Amino acid sequence: MMDYLKKKFVSEHLDVKEILLVPIFATFFALTIGCLFLLATGEGLKNIFIAYSSLFIGSLGSLNALSETFTAATPLIFAALGIALAFRAGLFNIGAEGQMIIGGMAAVIVGFSIDFLPVWLHLPLALSVGALFGAMYASIAGWLKASTGAHEVISTIMLNLIAIRLLDYMLRSPIIQKEGRNDPISKSVLNTSELPQLLSFIDPQLRLHAGFLVMLGTVLLIYWLLFHTTIGYEFRSTGANPNAAKYAGIKATFTIVLVMFIAGALAGLAGANQITGVLGRASPGFSASIGFDAIAVALLGRSHPIGVLFAGLLFGALIAGGRLMQVKAGVSVDLITIIQALIIVFIAAPLLVRRAVPWIFKEDIKKDK
Amino acid sequence: MVSIELKNISKSFGPVTANKDINIFAKGGEILGLLGENGAGKTTLMNVLSGLYRPDSGTISINNEEKTFDSPRDAISAGIGMVHQHFMLVPIFSVTENVILGNEETGFANFLKLSESERKVKEISEKYSLFVDPKEKIERLPVGSQQRVEIIKVLFRSAEVLIFDEPTAVLTPQEVAELFNIMNSLKATGKAIIFITHKLHEVLEVCDRISILRAGEIVGEADPKVASNKELANMMVGRPVNLSLERRSSKPGKILLDVKNLSVLSEKLDLAVSDISFDVKEGEIVGVAGVQGNGQTELVEALTGLRSSLSGKISYFGQMVPNMNPRKIHQIGVRHIPEDRQKSGIIGNFSVGENLILNNYYAAPYSKHLKMDWDVVSIESQKIIKNFDIRTPSNDTLAQNLSGGNQQKLVVGREMSSHVDFLIASQPTRGIDVGSIEYIHEQLIKSRNAGNGILLVSTELEEILALSDRIIVLFRGRIIKEFESNPAPEQIGLAMAGHSI
Ligand SMILES: Nc1ncnc2c1ncn2[C@@H]1O[C@H](COP(=O)(O)OP(=O)(O)OP(=O)(O)O)[C@@H](O)[C@H]1O
Ligand SMILES: [Mg+2]
Repeated sequence: MMDYLKKKFVSEHLDVKEILLVPIFATFFALTIGCLFLLATGEGLKNIFIAYSSLFIGSLGSLNALSETFTAATPLIFAALGIALAFRAGLFNIGAEGQMIIGGMAAVIVGFSIDFLPVWLHLPLALSVGALFGAMYASIAGWLKASTGAHEVISTIMLNLIAIRLLDYMLRSPIIQKEGRNDPISKSVLNTSELPQLLSFIDPQLRLHAGFLVMLGTVLLIYWLLFHTTIGYEFRSTGANPNAAKYAGIKATFTIVLVMFIAGALAGLAGANQITGVLGRASPGFSASIGFDAIAVALLGRSHPIGVLFAGLLFGALIAGGRLMQVKAGVSVDLITIIQALIIVFIAAPLLVRRAVPWIFKEDIKKDK
Repeated sequence: MVSIELKNISKSFGPVTANKDINIFAKGGEILGLLGENGAGKTTLMNVLSGLYRPDSGTISINNEEKTFDSPRDAISAGIGMVHQHFMLVPIFSVTENVILGNEETGFANFLKLSESERKVKEISEKYSLFVDPKEKIERLPVGSQQRVEIIKVLFRSAEVLIFDEPTAVLTPQEVAELFNIMNSLKATGKAIIFITHKLHEVLEVCDRISILRAGEIVGEADPKVASNKELANMMVGRPVNLSLERRSSKPGKILLDVKNLSVLSEKLDLAVSDISFDVKEGEIVGVAGVQGNGQTELVEALTGLRSSLSGKISYFGQMVPNMNPRKIHQIGVRHIPEDRQKSGIIGNFSVGENLILNNYYAAPYSKHLKMDWDVVSIESQKIIKNFDIRTPSNDTLAQNLSGGNQQKLVVGREMSSHVDFLIASQPTRGIDVGSIEYIHEQLIKSRNAGNGILLVSTELEEILALSDRIIVLFRGRIIKEFESNPAPEQIGLAMAGHSI
C-alpha cells in the first residue's frame, strides 16, 4: 500500500508536467463531472452556471475573494507540508488533525494567559509553543513506531481521537473556559498575540493575515530542509529505499522520530495560525478537519513543497469559492467535497488524465506502472 | 513458423538516443543472441518489441504483417513474451496464481477456475521440461525455479516469440545448463527466442545467430560457429579487449580481517553461517566461492554490520569493532559492494550524483554543518562517472534510468573511489559487459597490489579463479574446503556441490 502510494504521490524532482499540468487537468475534469452531478440532481442549467461562476468569483474574482482563498489555504499548506515530509520518509501521518488541535490549544493558552509581553515577543511565542506541542504530540506516534513497531497510521488515528476529546474536556476547565459562559469556548487571545492583518489599510474586512507570509517562508524552509540538508537526504532515502538507507548507515529509528517531530510542528503551526490569525479563541471543532483535508493536499502536491503550495492554494480557492456558491446558487458545499475527492481520483489515476488529453502527455506507458 | 522483423527502430529518451535505426529479425526455430556494451540499448529495444515503449520511428512486423503496440497487452496478444531480468512475481502467491495473474479464467459467479489453470500449467511445464510444482508458493522456490515460472507465464499466454533479458546473471552453473535445455526444447517446437547476455561463451554455446549493438546501433552480425570470444568482445567494445588478467603473485602482510567461529542466523532464523573462521591479509584477494544461498549473503551482512551475528568474533585491522553498524564499518575504511544493486546498492529515484554519496553524504566535503554542497557532489561525481565509464547523460539523471550494467558500475565506482583499506565485493561484475569487467578487475588487482585486502564473493567461478589468491568454498554455511593457490576448476566445482575431498 505504501509502495503504491509512494509511486503515485511522491515526486522526487520538480517536474512541471507532473506537479502543475496533471492537477490542472484533474481539476477541470472534476469540475465537469461535478456539473454532471448537479444535472443529475435536477439543477437547472442556469443555476449550474451561477454556481460555477460564483465558485470562480468567490475564489479569484475580487480582492476579498483572493484574501479568502489565501486565508483558507494557509493552514492547509502548513499541515500538508508536515504530511508530505513524513510521507517522503515513508510514514503516513494521518494525525495532522490531532496535532493541529494540540498546537492550537497551546497557542490559545499562551495567547490569553501572558499579558506582559510586547507583540514581537508574544506572537512568536504563541506560534512556537503551538508548533512545539504539535511536535511533541506527533512524536508519540514516532516513538511508538521506532521503539515497538506500532504502525503510525493506527497510532495517529488514536491520537486524533484523544486530541478531540481532550479539547472538549479542556474547554470546560475553569482556567480555559471563557468567564460567564456555559458552552465550551475558550477565553480570547490578547491583541499582542494576534497575527496582524495584511490588507486592513485597504479594507478592515479583508481577513488575510501575516500567517500567509509565515507559511510562504515555511514552504521555502521545508524545501531547503528536504533538498539541501543531510537531514532531508536521510528522510528521502529512508522513504525511497529503506534497504539502501540502512546500507548507508542511516538509523531508521532516529529518522522516524525526527520526521514525526517536524511534521507535528508544522501541523501545530497550522493550529496556532488559525487561533492567532483567524479565530482568536478555541471552540469544539475549531480545526474544521483541516488536518484531514491536508492529507489530500499533500498527495495532490506530490509531497513536494512547491507542489503542496499550489495544491493548497487550489483547495483554498475551492473552499472560498464554495462559500459564495452556496450563498448564490443554493448548492450545498458538499459539492466542493465531491470535487476535491474527484480531483484526487484523477491524480491517483493519471492515466485517465493522460488518455483524455494525449497530445499533452505523449509518453511511454512504462512510466505509469 | 513465426517470423518477426524490426525495421528502422529508433528510440530516444530526451537527449539520449538508446536505439538508432535498428534492423533485426528473428525466426521460429532459432535463437538470436543480442550482444552489446552496458547502455548499448538492448533492453530498450526489447522493451519496444514487448510493447513497453513506443518507438519514435520504425516498424515491427510479425509474419510480414505490420503491428503497432500500444501496451504490453497488445504485444502479448501478438505472441511476444518477455522474461525480465528482475522477476515480476508475487511471493505469497502460488505458481499457478502467478501464472494466471492478469489473465484469470473465471467461471460461475466469477470464481477462479484454479484447478483447470493448474492443469494447464502442469501441461506446459511437462511439455517443455519446466519442472515446478503448480501449487508451490513462489517464496519457497529457488531463483532458477522462479525463472521457470516466468517462462511458464509467457508460454501460458501462448507466446511464439520469447525474449530473455540477461536470464543467466542470477543463475548457478547447473541452472544455466537447465535453462539452455529449456531454450533448446522451445526452439525445437518452433518458437523464436531472443537471448541477451554478457557472457560470451553462453552466446557461442546456445545461439544460432548473433547481432551486436554498440551505442544504440547494430554494428554487425557474427556466426557462433566460427566466432571466438575475442572477436565478439572486440566487436562489442570497438577496441581489443584483454580477456585474461596479468598479475603478480601476492605478498600477504598483516591480517586485516580476522573472523573467528562466526555463526549468523538468516531471516528465517536458521543457521545460515555456522562456525566459520578465516582471515584476509594485506595485499590479498580471498575468494568466497559457492552456489548462491549457502550463507554468502548472511556472512557479508554480518561482516558489514547489516546483520548481527549469533556468536563469534569479527576484527578489522587487529581490533574488534564494538556495536558494529554499517556507518562505523565504513568509517574505519571498509567498503562494501552489495550483491543486489537494486535492493540496497542504489536508490532508483535519486540522481546519479545523489547515489554516489550514499554512504558519505554526511561528511565533508559533501556537506558541512548539515548543509549539502551539491556543487562539490557534482564535481566529485563527474570524476567517478569518467573513471568508471558510467554511461549517463549527466549526474542529474535518475539512477533508475541507467541501464542495468551502468547502475552496477555506479555502485562499484562509488565504493572503489573513496579511500579503501578493505573491500568486501559481492558479485561486483554482475550484469557488466566484458570491457568494463576488464577495467573493474584491473582496479581490484591494483587495489590489492597497493596493499589492501579484498574479500571477493562471487558465484562466478571464472571470476573467483581469475582474481583470488586464496579461495574458500562455502557449502550450507560452512567452509567445506580451502584452496591455497589456484586449483583446477573441477576441484572447486566438486567442493561447491558439497564434496569435501
Ligand atoms: N526510462 C529511461 N529514461 C531515460 N533514459 C533511459 C531509460 N531507459 C534507458 N535509458 C538510456 O538508454 C540507454 C540504453 O539503455 P538500455 O537499458 O537499453 O541498455 P542495455 O543495452 O540493456 O544495457 P545493460 O547491458 O547495462 O543492461 C542508456 O544510456 C540508458 O541510460
Ligand atoms: Mg539491459
